[in-house]
Amino acid sequence: MELSELWFLLIAFMFTLFFVLEGFDFGVGTVAKYLGRDDYEKRVYLNSIGPFWDANEVWLISAGAAMFAAFPHWYATLFSGFYIAFVFMLLALILRGVAFEFRGKVDHPVWKQVWDWAIFIGSVVPPFLWGVALTNFMTGVPIDQHKEMIGGFLQLLHPFALLGGVMFTLLCIVHGLQFITLRTEGELQERARVASSRFAPAVLLALLAFAAAGLWKTDIFTSHGTGWIALPLLAWGTLLLSTILNKKKRNRLSFLMTTITIIALTASVFIGLFPRVMISTLGAANDLTVYNASSGDYSLKVMSYISLTLIPFVLAYQGWSYYVFRERLKGKDQLEY
Amino acid sequence: MDPLFLARIQFASTTIFHYLFVPMSIGLALTIAIMQTIYHRTGDEKYKKMTKFWGTMFLINFAVGVVTGILQEFQFGMNWSTYSRFVGDVFGPSLAIEGLLAFFMESTFIGLWVFGWDRLPKRVHLLSIWLVLFGTVLSAFWILTANSFMHHPVGFEYFEGRAQMNDFLALLTNPQLWVQFPHVLFSAFATGAFFVAGISAWKILKKQQLDMFKKSFQISIIIATVSTVVVLFVGHQQAVHLLTTQPMKMAAAEALWEDSADPAPFTVVAKINPYEKTTTNEIQIPYMLSVLSFNKFSGQVEGMNTIQKHYEEKYGPGNYIPPVRTVFWSFRTMVFAGTIMLLLGVYGWFVSRRNKLEQNPLFMKVMVYAIALPFIGNTVGWIMTEMGRQPWVVFGVMKTEDAVSPNVTAGQVLFSLISFSTLYAILAGVAVYLYVRTIKQGAFQEKTVEVDVDAVDPSGREDDYIWN
Repeated sequence: MELSELWFLLIAFMFTLFFVLEGFDFGVGTVAKYLGRDDYEKRVYLNSIGPFWDANEVWLISAGAAMFAAFPHWYATLFSGFYIAFVFMLLALILRGVAFEFRGKVDHPVWKQVWDWAIFIGSVVPPFLWGVALTNFMTGVPIDQHKEMIGGFLQLLHPFALLGGVMFTLLCIVHGLQFITLRTEGELQERARVASSRFAPAVLLALLAFAAAGLWKTDIFTSHGTGWIALPLLAWGTLLLSTILNKKKRNRLSFLMTTITIIALTASVFIGLFPRVMISTLGAANDLTVYNASSGDYSLKVMSYISLTLIPFVLAYQGWSYYVFRERLKGKDQLEY
Repeated sequence: MDPLFLARIQFASTTIFHYLFVPMSIGLALTIAIMQTIYHRTGDEKYKKMTKFWGTMFLINFAVGVVTGILQEFQFGMNWSTYSRFVGDVFGPSLAIEGLLAFFMESTFIGLWVFGWDRLPKRVHLLSIWLVLFGTVLSAFWILTANSFMHHPVGFEYFEGRAQMNDFLALLTNPQLWVQFPHVLFSAFATGAFFVAGISAWKILKKQQLDMFKKSFQISIIIATVSTVVVLFVGHQQAVHLLTTQPMKMAAAEALWEDSADPAPFTVVAKINPYEKTTTNEIQIPYMLSVLSFNKFSGQVEGMNTIQKHYEEKYGPGNYIPPVRTVFWSFRTMVFAGTIMLLLGVYGWFVSRRNKLEQNPLFMKVMVYAIALPFIGNTVGWIMTEMGRQPWVVFGVMKTEDAVSPNVTAGQVLFSLISFSTLYAILAGVAVYLYVRTIKQGAFQEKTVEVDVDAVDPSGREDDYIWN
């Protein structure tokens, strides 16, 4: 395996972890305002992701920085090309981050209402935009022979991309609701479980439509052979299984299934892209690939040594923090937000 | 409007804003870690209260610092894609390592610290705040590794029109990094410490929770003084170093058009006309510039006109003189702020050792205003160093005007500039409101273990602190 291929794999791995982990805290942030009937209940929902969301988000930052370092052209083309989309996403992430911290600082209903909205907007916009972005990775975007992407923001919002956005938002909501069932108990847990099953038909339908459109409009699911259609099928199958398990109150397994759904979905997109990193609609000669967009071997080698040493430690202590806060939230004394 | 101009405004404004919060986070983390360590050693509840009170301020600050940092990470690709393509190979790895090594540590252990008071063994909980501090320090180190490359590019070669790394160790041993890192780090410690000292002084003036705030003052004034000494000392080394690597920046900082006399006097203030390239009405200290530059009472410093000639020969025609007035006045403001900080620190340490804080209300009042000094010093320091490098984005390698994204329109940059400025203004307002509120409330009482506490107030016990 070439080093640039290894780095494609590592970046795909970071994005996958970002979608899985931040996916549920996006979901929780989206539903908390509606699922919690009073301030105490909302706080319980927000506290369920309290110790985790910040570190989850670092997977995005690390993925972005890794792109910058390992594939400067990918980083430059993507972030300058999807400019306005990233402006909206960053505004949302900024708003959301401070909202978690600020919400509980003043005990006034209007204050809390404002930050509840900030948390909602900040949690619903990023998964939507990531859905849009992922779809555009699949369809390709106009990239000229100088590796520059041309065209504006609205061009990214074609119907298939909007479907991708809606699908991914719904998926995060269900994933988040399943997470809530693991961190709460009693009435609050039950409400999340019921809400999850209400969302289930919509998300199943959206994912099915998305996979069908992807198969019809792009080569992503079949670029390495038709056998790889198994991945989107696995994503849909596990989502269905999650719905059934949720009905049977098998919460852990149900959460595991939505986790696999997101992994399979992300994997199918990145595998389908490979060896391309960005597809050009202006001809395959303009595609950015792991070979023509990457850094030099020396730089990749240095980063490989360092990253492959660090990542196990990161996974270990991040995993440990989940273990520390494994208990379900009960009583007011465990709430910090 | 010109997209280059807008992109520069956006980078400057978002970075300056971000950097109001970053040094305070680093400095407060150190102060809190020390307070909690004292609590751990002595078991004195006063120190726990102290840790929690300053911890609340830290968390408000940390939140804004973290979220504004996300933009920093992606702004290179958005507005400066040509730069990103050109240097990603050398510049990117530091950022990637910063993410994996520093950001994960900060964010994971801040979660454990905030939510882990009752969940973690005391030792592990104490370790968490130290690891948060360690994470912030590592973050400073790696981002400065990247920044030092822009000032003094090392460890790379040209390959197919891009800069490619060929010596990672050279990046880590970049002399620029080793004068810049301690300067930045200790000024961050001083920022947090002056903040704690200033707020404590205000509380002492108000005669509220005297015991706790006098102790806070005492701890923070020591950190403030020691840090400021290091900052000034290293700052001097940095100036000496600059003279060899970026003489233009130092000449601009002195508004020195022609070569200086030997020995060279230091210009304290002057009237600068960059269009006619003259500096008049100087007030000077004889010998001082020679001393600052070479650590001796003789030595000539090259002027901007001479250096401009060298650069034209070396890099081709062009204007290599940075905005002189900005660099000159930023430098003076920074040095002035640092000097006042040192005087206040030493005097404050003396007064607090003799336990005479309350008897010095005027000094206490000055300390409240002195909170602003490190912020001013940090900001103008960065303005001096970044503006002083112009017209280069990577010194001698790439000009700022060639670094911008070619496919991003002025309209797009303007839209993002207005959106982020608006949001940042709101954040600043809210953060200040929350600081003031938290300060006014003061430290909350720890959960009282009286028997009838639940009977008094069954709904909201007193454990709410500032959280709700």
